[in-house]
Order: sequence, then structure tokens, then C-alpha cells
Amino acid sequence: MSILTQKDFETVIGLEVHLQFSTQTKIFCGCENVFGRQPNTCVCPVCLGLPGTLPVLNKAALDSAIKTALALNCRVNSYIKFDRKNYYYPDLPKGYQISQFDFPIGHQGHLDIAVNGATKRIRIHRAHIEEDAGKLIHDSEEGCSLVDYNRTGTPLMEIVTEPDLRSPQEAYDYLTALKLALQYLEVSDCDMEKGSLRCDANISIRPKGETKLGTKAELKNMNSFKAVKAALEFEEERQFRILVSGGTIVQETRLWNEDKQATYTMRSKEDAHDYRYFPEPDLVPFIVEAAEIEQIRLRLPENPQAKCSRLQKDFGLSDYDATIIVQDQYLADFFEACAKHSTKTKKIANWIIGPLLKELNDRKCSVKDLSLKPEQFVILIEKVENGDVSNLVGKDVLMSLLQDDTQTVDGMISAQGLSQVSDDSFLEAIAEQTLSEHANVVQQIKNGNEGAI
Amino acid sequence: MNWNTYTAHELLDFLKQGKVSAQEIFSSLSSAIKQQDKTIHAYVRTAETADILSDARIPIPISVKDNINIDGWETTCSSHILKNYVAPYDATVVRKLKAAGAPILGHTNMDEFAFGSSTETSCYGPTRNPWDISCVPGGSSGGSAAAVASDEAIWALGSDTGGSIRQPAAFCGVVGLKPTYGRVSRYGLIAFASSLDQIGPLTKDVTDSALLLNIISGHDPLDSTSADIAVPDYTAALVNDCKELTIGIPKEYFIEGISSDVKTAVAQAMNVLKAKGARFIDVSLPHTEYAVSTYYIIAPAEASSNLARFDGVRFGLRVQPAKPRKAAIVDMYEETRNQGFGREAKRRVMLGTYALSSGYYDAYYLRGQKVRTLIRQDFDRVFENCDAILTPTTPTSAFKIGEKLNDPVSMYLSDIFTISANLSGIPAISIPCGISQNGLPIGLQLSAKPFAEEILFRIAYTYEQNTGWHKKRPSLKT
Repeated sequence: MSILTQKDFETVIGLEVHLQFSTQTKIFCGCENVFGRQPNTCVCPVCLGLPGTLPVLNKAALDSAIKTALALNCRVNSYIKFDRKNYYYPDLPKGYQISQFDFPIGHQGHLDIAVNGATKRIRIHRAHIEEDAGKLIHDSEEGCSLVDYNRTGTPLMEIVTEPDLRSPQEAYDYLTALKLALQYLEVSDCDMEKGSLRCDANISIRPKGETKLGTKAELKNMNSFKAVKAALEFEEERQFRILVSGGTIVQETRLWNEDKQATYTMRSKEDAHDYRYFPEPDLVPFIVEAAEIEQIRLRLPENPQAKCSRLQKDFGLSDYDATIIVQDQYLADFFEACAKHSTKTKKIANWIIGPLLKELNDRKCSVKDLSLKPEQFVILIEKVENGDVSNLVGKDVLMSLLQDDTQTVDGMISAQGLSQVSDDSFLEAIAEQTLSEHANVVQQIKNGNEGAI
Repeated sequence: MNWNTYTAHELLDFLKQGKVSAQEIFSSLSSAIKQQDKTIHAYVRTAETADILSDARIPIPISVKDNINIDGWETTCSSHILKNYVAPYDATVVRKLKAAGAPILGHTNMDEFAFGSSTETSCYGPTRNPWDISCVPGGSSGGSAAAVASDEAIWALGSDTGGSIRQPAAFCGVVGLKPTYGRVSRYGLIAFASSLDQIGPLTKDVTDSALLLNIISGHDPLDSTSADIAVPDYTAALVNDCKELTIGIPKEYFIEGISSDVKTAVAQAMNVLKAKGARFIDVSLPHTEYAVSTYYIIAPAEASSNLARFDGVRFGLRVQPAKPRKAAIVDMYEETRNQGFGREAKRRVMLGTYALSSGYYDAYYLRGQKVRTLIRQDFDRVFENCDAILTPTTPTSAFKIGEKLNDPVSMYLSDIFTISANLSGIPAISIPCGISQNGLPIGLQLSAKPFAEEILFRIAYTYEQNTGWHKKRPSLKT
């Protein structure tokens, strides 16, 4: 018998992403939906689940959900129905979470990712809306747990893939593509550090050629895409070792430990909750008119993949340049605004990817936070291209433009005398004058002291 | 003066005439409570003083069931688990009452979390029927009904999930209305079964019922299940005739087990209405026999989820057992709920949890919902041919305290005629229609299609104007 290696196994991964919508108010009450406030200051009787309170759906959260479902190519259920998911946890004030069970807003969607240069379609099983829970803070000094309910009732969308991903890298690429697609929608700040984007992963392995799925483990507590990838790699390896040593994999939920770079058992299948889903009687089901869904579809922004192809086709950008520019939709918008003022699109792309992007990264901000005017940016690029100012001076002018948006490129160059001068006789005269003004230095250099300047 | 013995509309007239002040009305109620409530135990807490505004439109004190939140008041559903819980906001009905100028007189006793038909499961002990203090006042709004019947309240609010306003109204000889589901906001009513609960008035006569419904109904943006349907002036429906009204008599309601007193009283009531122009037809509600069992799937299922928030984490009772058994948090949940809930509450939480459990959901909850649809369709069909349905409110008059407490099924069956209105969402009213041989009141129930409260008021008012049952009051020996 030959020795089995990891190559003889296929990894099967499905991801569950939780996305917080950045609506002004929470999903079922009027509390402000903000991150980072003092604990328990953005709460009211409704989101605290006080006796007698009732939920009222925030229309803006529903719109964000429909928008997201459409952007992920889902079929949208026009029948809007909520269900209760019952379980006890101190961060869940009502003892149930209002979620969607049999009629998720979106289902049967997909997102395309690039795998080894080819396009791979990752199917989306469902995307439903629900309310977020609060946050437990464990105080080890005091030996107690504290609960912050500010997050309770934040609108959340759970986006669940089919088990279509075949490696931790694919999972990482899917998450990257998903995040970008979501950022274009402007429904969420997609910030994993703030928890507005969270990811759980299901992973199993099976011998190559096998069609039945292996026993899966659900992985939780990954705080970055890198951590998702690392946890999946760890788990892939762990499951492989169990199988080759003749063991069986137990269906369980495992927690990723970032410090130890390993997963640990959280609960086994036997301890799994029976959520006792049933229709939420406090929210009456209703129909969203097809016309309304169509309206949302028409207002969808161009998705990053489409934009990337179009930038190449319409403006002659390379795949590399276009891919970088579409990583930030505002940068892509800025590029297109610039392209209206000049045909030198390749140069514009260079200036965006080069000095501008470097500056944005240094400042940790987006081009939308600056008031840089596309036409001024283009004028500057053309001046450099025409040799009116040097490359170095061009970059200085760019900095000044970013400092003070009331200035124009022309104004700044003439005021500071930054023009690049190409008149030989003028330049010779200046050289002569300088030499005569510093005759002693000239003499020193002639004597061999080259460090005299 | 015994101002407390009058109806709200009489007192409003007296106020207008300057015969009485709002403060005097409040005081006469307070002294009645002081005198009698040791015996009746209708209240779990009362206001010491009344906030009465000089320009108040309706400064008639009102008593509300202990499951309706009053800002700054302990609101406990008569459950140990909520003792010392002070509500930080007003229920919408309370807000409306305050806006109308009605001072809140007190919180009335109830079955714990409204689980019961006798007000015996209250953590504060039972309320007694003013007509016979060895009998129950009915429930779960037994405190409200007994308060009105004993003149310890002018009028009161109750809540009705399966008959909890109408059954105690019948047992205590007062008028009790369960409005159409969605007519009155549930915001601030501590939920028992969200799809069945409805707040409604308990009053001394039909006029007060209409007056009170005027105040409390209407769409509430805080309650998605409240209907955005205009509220008519219900007092305009108080007309003394039943001309051109067709009333259906469902054969399924005249079953074995109805006492002869009740049968006779209902037959006499039909004659009164006939004389005022009503036409009677026989109708059939074929799924009636499944109503009680359907109710005892759906109501506990919703209750099991609604009561999950009473977990000791944020408010109310918290008990940490001395000896750890499981994880600390699980120990706390279990012991808090073990000590905080009474037997009937535990029974219903368990029933409901079971009905929703994986593997049983389809057989119980889902099937229950299907039967509920059939029951609703029964009423839809019947209301194509008649304007209202007339039945007894209960098969018998009030039973003895302790008689059914240890026999839950027999207790559940006392709501056999009232449950269908909750399952189908229709409005129903119980009015006094006689006194049994043992001296206890008998209730007549009228129901109509959704949002046809005006028809109920018209028939009930006509009946009242041509009989005197609503004027009968118990003679309290205290």
C-alpha cells in the first residue's frame, strides 16, 4: 500500500460571512448604529429586549440587504419574513435572535474569483438579514464578564457560500473579492477590526475522487482574512493527520487561537443548539414590489470586475494597472474623472498608482477624503510630461495641491518660480553670476578640495 | 359620596356639571380599595396620589393589568421573576391614557404571565370573586374584572390571549371587550403569545367600553402588528336597535357541559334582541372542536420564546446556586428560572419548547398554524351571512378557588368559547346577561368580523338598554 499524502485529499470549504450594515440606526429600533461609543450608551428598551417592547423593521437595512443580495447575483425573495432563532446567551437580550429561516432575502447567488488565471464561480447558497448580538467582555482581574449592548440590533447580513472552495487560498481570494464587491455597494465599512465583517469557515477533507462530503469542522474566531487562511491550513493538516492515522473526524465547532496559531474544540455536535426556529409573530410578513427591487437593481454601482475590464477596454490600461485602481472604487472614480480631461490615460494611471496612492497610504485615507480636483491633477501630469516642470517638482506640487485645494497648478508654479527653464543663454548667465559670486569656492575646488560646496 | 360606584360616562357628566372633582373621584376609589381590597385582592399595587391636570379631557382614574408597563412603576406580570423590576417606559395604551388625562389608579392582579383562567397563579396570591369570595374571578385579567365589579375601579384594562378579558368579565358581571388583533397597540404589553395578545377594556357598561376603546385604539408606529386603519368614534355606534342585523348561532357552541342557567340566559338574550329587530340564523363553525388544542400548541410555543428574556442577566430576579453544577452562567439561568417561575409558567414553557423542537415542529406548531387557518376560514365564511355571532362566554359561571388549579385540562376548557376569537383575530365582547341559581353572573359573548367593533357595541348596547343585568352589583360583605 502506498503512503497517502495530503495531495491524495481534496479540501472542501464553505464560508459564512457576517456583514454589518452601516445604516444610521439599528435594524429594529431608533438607536444610533455606531461603533466605539462608551459601553451601553447606544441602547433603548427595544434593543435591550426589555419586557413589552416590539421590533420595527428599519427600511434602510432592508434596502441594504436587497442591494447586497442583488450585487451577489442572488435571486431576491420579495416575500419578507422574519423568524426567531432561540438560544440563551448573555449577549442576546431577548433569548432569541430575529433572523430569517426559510425565506432569506437572497439565495442562489454567485461571486466569481480568479484561480490560477481562470475564473471560478463560487455559488452563494443564501444571504439573509438578522440582528447582531451584544459583546461580552471578560474581565479576568475581576473574574467576571461584562456585556456591552451597543452592538445589539446592528443590522447584519449573513452570506453563506456553497461548499465550492477547494483550498485556504481560494477561501482567502473569495473573501478578498467579496469584500471589494461589498465596498463598492457602500452598505458597510467592511472593517474586520471593528467586527463589521466577520467570517466563520466550514472545512472537511475527502479522498480525491470521492463525491460525498467528509465530516466538517466549523471554525470561528478568526479576526482577519489571513487568520481565516491560517486556520483553514491548520485544520486541513489536522484532519489529514487524523484520517491517515486511521482516526475519524468528529463534527464540532473549533475556535482559532491567534497566539498559538491553532484551533481548539469549542463544542461538539451533541452540544449543538436546537434553535427552535419559528416565524417572528411581532413582524408581519410583507411583499416588496418587484418594481422596487428593480429600482434598487438599476441603482447598483458597477461591480469591480466589470469596472476592471472596462478600464482596460476603454482606456487601454494594463490588467495590472486596472486591477490596482479598482481595488478602491473612489480611486477608480477619480481615474475616470481625470480621463475626461486628458487622453494620456496610461500616464494618469502611473501617477495614481505611484505618487498619489503612496500618499494616500501614508495618510491612511481615501481619495474621497481629499478635495483633489481631477482637472488640476491632469494639468500637473501634463506639465511634467511636457517638461514644464521636473518630475521632482511635480511631486512637490502634488503635495501642495493636497495641502491646499484652493490653489491651482499654474498659480503654484508661477508663484513659487518652479517652472523648469530650458533657455540656454538665460541658464548660462545665471551660472556665470553664481561662479563669480563664489570665486573662493571655485578656487578651492580647483585646488582639489571637492568637498568645498 | 360613593363616586366609585358610577360609570366613567356618568362621572364625566358630573364633572361637566361641577358636581364632583376629579380628585374626589380618585379619593372615593382609594377608600373603596382600602376598605375592600384586603378581601378581594384585585390590586397588586396602587397609586398614593393622582396626577390630575386641570385641563384633562378624561380625568377618570383607570386600573391596568400588571402586564402593562407604566413608566417608573414596578411591572411584574404577577411573577416572582419580575419582582422589583421597574419599567422605564410607558406602554402605548398608558401613554394614550395619560394624554387623555386619566390618572393611573393601580396595577391589577393576574395569573402569572397571564397563564391561567382563575388569577390563582399570581405570585401575590389569588383574587377573589366579589360575588362570592370563595369563587375565582376568572382570569387571567381577574384583578381588573374584580376591581370593576367591586367598584374598586371605574374601568380597567386587561389583556386577552385566549379569553383573559371576556371570561373574567363574565365571571364578575362586567363588560369585557377583546378588540380585533391589531386594533390596540401591544407596545408595552409584556407578551404572552404575540400573535394572540390584545389589550382591551373591562367596564361597567357598554358605553364605557366604547369610550375607552376610543382612547386606546389606533395605529402605533412602535407595533408593526397594529393596523393602520382609521379609528371611528365608537360611541356613535351606541344605538338602541338591532334592525337589519343578522346574528348567527353556531351549533358547535351549544354542547354538553353548558349549565342550564347559561343555556336559559342565552335563550332569553336572543329573545330580547329579536324584539329589537335582530334576525337569528343557525351557522356552523366546524373546526371549533380543535380550537383549544390548537391554542395550547401555538400560545405556549410563542410564550416559551417570549419568556426567554427572563434569564437573570439584565433585570428581575437573579439566583446563583451555592453549589456549582454546570457552567456558572448555566447554573444562574437554571436556578433563576426555577425559582422565578411558578408551576403553570414552567408547564407552558416546556409545552412550547417541545412543540417547537426539531423533529416535532411539523407535527405540532406547523400543524397548529394550519388548523388556525381553518378556524379563521370558518369565521370568514360565517360572516358572509351574518353580522355577528352570539354564544355564551363560558360554559358555566365562576368556579371555586382551588377547584381546577390541579387539573390543567379542565382549567384550559373554561376558555373553550373564547379561544377561537384570538386564533382568528376577530373582536368579541362579553356582557352580563343573567345571574345563576347560585348567585353568580353569566356572560353573553358577541363576536364580529375584524374591525367590526361597532356592530358589537350596537348589539351589546341594545341588549343593555333593554335589560338591567349590567346594573347588578355584588353585595360585598367585608
